[in-house]
Amino acid sequence: MKELRLMKGNEAFAEAAIRAGADGYFGYPITPQSEVMEYLMAEKPEDRTGMVVLQAESEVAAINMVYGGAACGKRVLTSSSSPGISLKQEGISYIAGAELPCVILNVVRGGPGLGTIQPSQSDYFQATKGGGHGDYKLIVLAPSSVQEMADFAGLGFDLAFKYRNPVMILSDGAIGQMMEKVMLDEQRPRLTEEEIVKNTPWATTGKTKDRERNIVTSLDLDSAKQELHNHALQAKYREIEKNETRYEAIQCEDAEYLIVAYGTSARISQKAVDILRAKGIKAGLLRLITLFPFPTEVISKLADQVKGILTVEMSAGQMIEDVKLSVGCRVKVEHFGRMGGIIPSPAEVVDAMHNKIIGG
Amino acid sequence: MAEITKEEIRQPENLIYKKTDLLTDKALSYCPGCGHGTAHRIVMEVLEEMGIQDKTIGIAPVGCSVLAYEFMNIDMQQAAHGRAPAVATAVKRLNPDKFVFTYQGDGDLAAIGTAETIHACNRGENIVIIFVNNGIYGMTGGQMAPTTLPGMKSSTSPYGRDVHTMGNPLKITELIAQLPGTIYVTRQAVHTPANVRKTKKAVRKAFENQKLKKGLSFVEIVSNCNSGWKMTPRQANEWMVEHMFPFYPLGDIKVND
Repeated sequence: MKELRLMKGNEAFAEAAIRAGADGYFGYPITPQSEVMEYLMAEKPEDRTGMVVLQAESEVAAINMVYGGAACGKRVLTSSSSPGISLKQEGISYIAGAELPCVILNVVRGGPGLGTIQPSQSDYFQATKGGGHGDYKLIVLAPSSVQEMADFAGLGFDLAFKYRNPVMILSDGAIGQMMEKVMLDEQRPRLTEEEIVKNTPWATTGKTKDRERNIVTSLDLDSAKQELHNHALQAKYREIEKNETRYEAIQCEDAEYLIVAYGTSARISQKAVDILRAKGIKAGLLRLITLFPFPTEVISKLADQVKGILTVEMSAGQMIEDVKLSVGCRVKVEHFGRMGGIIPSPAEVVDAMHNKIIGG
Repeated sequence: MAEITKEEIRQPENLIYKKTDLLTDKALSYCPGCGHGTAHRIVMEVLEEMGIQDKTIGIAPVGCSVLAYEFMNIDMQQAAHGRAPAVATAVKRLNPDKFVFTYQGDGDLAAIGTAETIHACNRGENIVIIFVNNGIYGMTGGQMAPTTLPGMKSSTSPYGRDVHTMGNPLKITELIAQLPGTIYVTRQAVHTPANVRKTKKAVRKAFENQKLKKGLSFVEIVSNCNSGWKMTPRQANEWMVEHMFPFYPLGDIKVND
């Protein structure tokens, strides 16, 4: 049954993964997301649902365990933070190439390198533009609350299996660490062997006499065939763009000035919009929920309506490139952000709107 | 004596040997004289004899046997370079009633995948690892491997492996035999019919161990790489006996029954 709890974002994600009927979690400790595995280990999901939880020897091993589990049609996930996600890129590329479904949580911290353990949004390019080698896309969900940390575990699995594609939940250290109330879904049953064979006929479940062998690979030495595979992947990504774009338009109906943001930055920006509105400035917020697919069309439409757009990101300005591509020079688009693990204040966002857009 | 026709030869009563159905009809992509083909056959024959082919998932590596799934007629996954033991770990943990094996070469298992190998062995994952050691990177064109012998020439040690600058060959099989998670560690070869029989026995024992949930079984097969070693198949086998076997002696290293 549904249950209301007060939880950290990381814990809510872990609990929601169990309730989403996950078969396995494979991870490696890294701040600020270690609570995910700590929570799972303490919960003994093996007893609750039969879910396997394993601490791997490295991020590299963990993502390859996800590959193995996903190739068997199992609902598997991993979580990490920026430096660990960099290590996982090889495996993520293979998973995308072999078209395997899985959920990967990135609780982003500041970089580059070891950087800081404080929240950041500087992994946007890595998450939305591929990250590893080869032409591929992840479905990228950006939670901005503990509730969404929980909700996106189940949604992530649903999208991953619908499209046979890895899903990344691009969170940040603030959303992962903060506590909020969260309504948890009821327990979904894990799939039975029979259901897995029926739902994922491509999976390596053991070659029975009634079918050909199943091979999970990302390799094709025949370039013509590999290009066909590349075309099929691209067609899938276009389909995802058509069907799965998600966003929340807040006070955008009459907006003259628009903020585009996601995650923690969207929460700060919502407060900034309230301050601007109190001053009589018609500001609105477009909060992105999917970063891939990117809501190009809605931004393009809003560009015809507003006088200027401010993007707010905890980075040097990454998402702004996609916003600019959507706008195409019709109105001014400027970036405001903080880096190094610093979260901007609503007052700073208001100032940036005044200085860079309204008065700029 | 009357001449025997082809039709007569093909009569079931004259059949003394048959390729297992678990090998596909696709021509092997390995060089003539290479040990991989025999190693493939042994593994597939064991699965067939145990009747577990419909419950087995194989993990192919990166290397010469990257296309093992083209020849092995069972469900297979192709892993990233060195990661097969991690992949196999999850496959087995999530499917404890299935049989799971990795099939890896020396570069895959003992260089880029050292961490995954050691930790899967140390956890005692209930899987079988088949390790084909020919002392060279075959597929990429004969580069120095972690198991290349001292003084041995390769394309990246063209004057011979200098252990002072290139490091010593890694006896990873002896190393993993030290780990409590391994139940059976053995080193075999496939260059003579007698050795093929011994290897098959070892592979059978490894899968029987998995059936009994005993832990990780590790079967090294010392093999030749005649093209990488720049020798004829026959010379390569002789060189292997003369040089590889003294450094990598055949036989059981650890048997916990």
